[in-house]
Amino acid sequence: MGKKHQTPLLDELKKGKWISFVKEIERAAEKSERTEDLLGQVEESYRDKVNHWKHGGMAGVKGYGAGMVGRFSEFPEKYPGIKECHSMRIIPSAGFFYNSDFLRKLADISEKHAGGLLNFHGATGNIQILGMSQAEAEDAFQAIAELGFDLGGSGSDLRTPSCCAGQARCEFANYDTMKICYNLTEEYQDELHRPAFNYKFKLKFSGCANDCVASAARSDLAFIGTWKDKIKINQDEVKNYTKKFNVQKYVLDKCPTKCMWFEGENLVIDDENCVKCMHCINEMPKALRAGDEKGASILIGAKAPLVTGPRMGMMLVPFYDINEDAKNDYEWLKGLISNMWEFWDEYGVSRERIGELIGRVGLNTFLEGVGLEPVPEMVEHPRSNPFIKFTEDED
Amino acid sequence: MAEEVKKKRLTDIGPHDYNEYLSPTIKKNYGKWAYHEIIDTGTMVHVAENGDKLYTVRMGSPRLVSGSFVRDICDIADKYCGGHLRFTTRNNVEFLIEDEKNVEPLKKDLEKMGYNVGGIGNIVANIVHTQGWVHCHTSASDASGVVKSVMDELYEYFVEDKLPSKTRIAFACCLNMCGSVSSSDIAIVGTHRKPPRIDAERLRNLCEIPSTIAACPTNSIRPDTVDGKPGVKVNEETCVFCGSCYTVCPAMPIANAENDGLSIWVGGKVSNARTKPTFSKLAIPFIPNEPPRWPGVVNAVKTILNAYKDGAEPGERVGEWIERIGWPRFFKITGFPFTKYHIDDFRLAETTMNYSSHTRL
Repeated sequence: MGKKHQTPLLDELKKGKWISFVKEIERAAEKSERTEDLLGQVEESYRDKVNHWKHGGMAGVKGYGAGMVGRFSEFPEKYPGIKECHSMRIIPSAGFFYNSDFLRKLADISEKHAGGLLNFHGATGNIQILGMSQAEAEDAFQAIAELGFDLGGSGSDLRTPSCCAGQARCEFANYDTMKICYNLTEEYQDELHRPAFNYKFKLKFSGCANDCVASAARSDLAFIGTWKDKIKINQDEVKNYTKKFNVQKYVLDKCPTKCMWFEGENLVIDDENCVKCMHCINEMPKALRAGDEKGASILIGAKAPLVTGPRMGMMLVPFYDINEDAKNDYEWLKGLISNMWEFWDEYGVSRERIGELIGRVGLNTFLEGVGLEPVPEMVEHPRSNPFIKFTEDED
Repeated sequence: MAEEVKKKRLTDIGPHDYNEYLSPTIKKNYGKWAYHEIIDTGTMVHVAENGDKLYTVRMGSPRLVSGSFVRDICDIADKYCGGHLRFTTRNNVEFLIEDEKNVEPLKKDLEKMGYNVGGIGNIVANIVHTQGWVHCHTSASDASGVVKSVMDELYEYFVEDKLPSKTRIAFACCLNMCGSVSSSDIAIVGTHRKPPRIDAERLRNLCEIPSTIAACPTNSIRPDTVDGKPGVKVNEETCVFCGSCYTVCPAMPIANAENDGLSIWVGGKVSNARTKPTFSKLAIPFIPNEPPRWPGVVNAVKTILNAYKDGAEPGERVGEWIERIGWPRFFKITGFPFTKYHIDDFRLAETTMNYSSHTRL
């Protein structure tokens, strides 16, 4: 049995030690014949140095405006198997924890209703099934729903929230990232399934400042675990580390605020000057642990380059008592998010992310709009220019 | 009958309860982990306050996987992990093992099957990437092919711990930059170099003119009258070839086989450890697309990694190393030419100049 399309260029990518995506597409094609045509078209892209997907075209399931991304081949006659090659986005299990039973059933669905190809995971964190036609979408959706899974976000909506492994498998987690991720995803079903925003909005939850989900680089609202009180020191373990490597050079000298030093053999930390960067804890996890008054910093406005350039998340709430708010179903946070979305809806324009809106109207206008007070943690330093716009209530 | 089917339709069921997928050891020690230790590049152990241990074996994946791949990892998880596994943000598979005795046999099985075990510690992490020519209409390059070519070349750094610190490489096939590409140690970004082509007739039918105009970051799109009908024109003098207009208007294609390619960026990081998160900065403005193996890109990445490996102190990320030695020296060591394209001329350009006499001569 010969291959449907000759793929000499792609075959080059079956060589080498790193796992080959070409082999994966071929394996998918063994179960789902249509995917032969994907190999054919991608080979043609490799020859022509340009992609061969059409722009536009809708795909979706009834009642949802999100969750599927339409994709159509530029050459439907030549590659009928991928005439429609849509992807279906599925909300992952928080922290990307699964079991084999679910994954096997999902693999079956991907082969029965699509091209037998999956992404674990898309850039935002959805599971994606690739190569679906519109006619198959409803059956696939129902099969996925029967497994207890729902579709994710796409377009101008709340994108599927994501989080790190958190307290499930990390001692650094200062709050239950998976619990809040699950809770807010559940709460904002409508915003996720039915796009009504100016543009996308992303929520990501990292348990500490190592930020393993890159929340502060790519989510409109980033939650980064932190603590208020003193780092807990196990002096015996500190001594063990000093026997293994140069703690002074690689830990203390690297501290961004130089807030730690040795007094004799004992490590001393000026916790008031600690910025919770995690470096010392990363290097000596057996000796140092975060304090007990744990919470999260909330950073706002991160995004990728389009339209007005990339932005890093900026400090909005230095300490959010997330563990306390969790007891009230995150009532305080949901109020804040609701204020933000209202402000964004009122003043934002189409395709303007919330960070870009803040950049345009100024942080003060935004703070007033959502009901937060200015605090020095929000800025690198106070203004250095004298063009102060005094307001009339300032008598 | 039809009525009955309609009633049964499932909708808005929301996220799945993750608790169903947590292994007994994880459930028992949720929020009670004390510390972890890296055993080798493929293995780490998390130790709970009560002494319970959970071993993790990490394996690379190409992100784009077949159903058969999924069954492979499920078989392994069933054999050694009670069916429990997870994925990482960087598209690795992690097997969660409760019995230490299962660690080595599991790794041997994976290696026998041809899978790549590694990615923990001072390594080159799995490259996060986008869809490229395989599944995206705005791509300026393929994604998976470049990633495969780079990872084949850097394979030893995924399986052996021999770098000053972890090195995170990311790939995006256009400036939409799906994923956290713009703050990576090394970023590879698909880049167009020619303005969009306007198909006036399709544009009238397919595109909303105000939103097309608003999509442009440099106000280069203006209303125009074409054959007596409404349309747009592009000021090619100010267009920066970002492709934002094409994402809202299909009648303005920008892909161009001869002029599309890749740019290389360095020194970004997401973590707050030691230094603040920072964006990657431009190293090489353009390398042509060279399928199937992209030797130009592979060499550029290798050049950066070798210079970093030779020059950085233990614990320094790529950006911290460059901060210490200075950008002039980075360009000198790598041999990459510093060009007019390296001087920013966009929104925050003024903030990137050297307002001092500090210079390493």
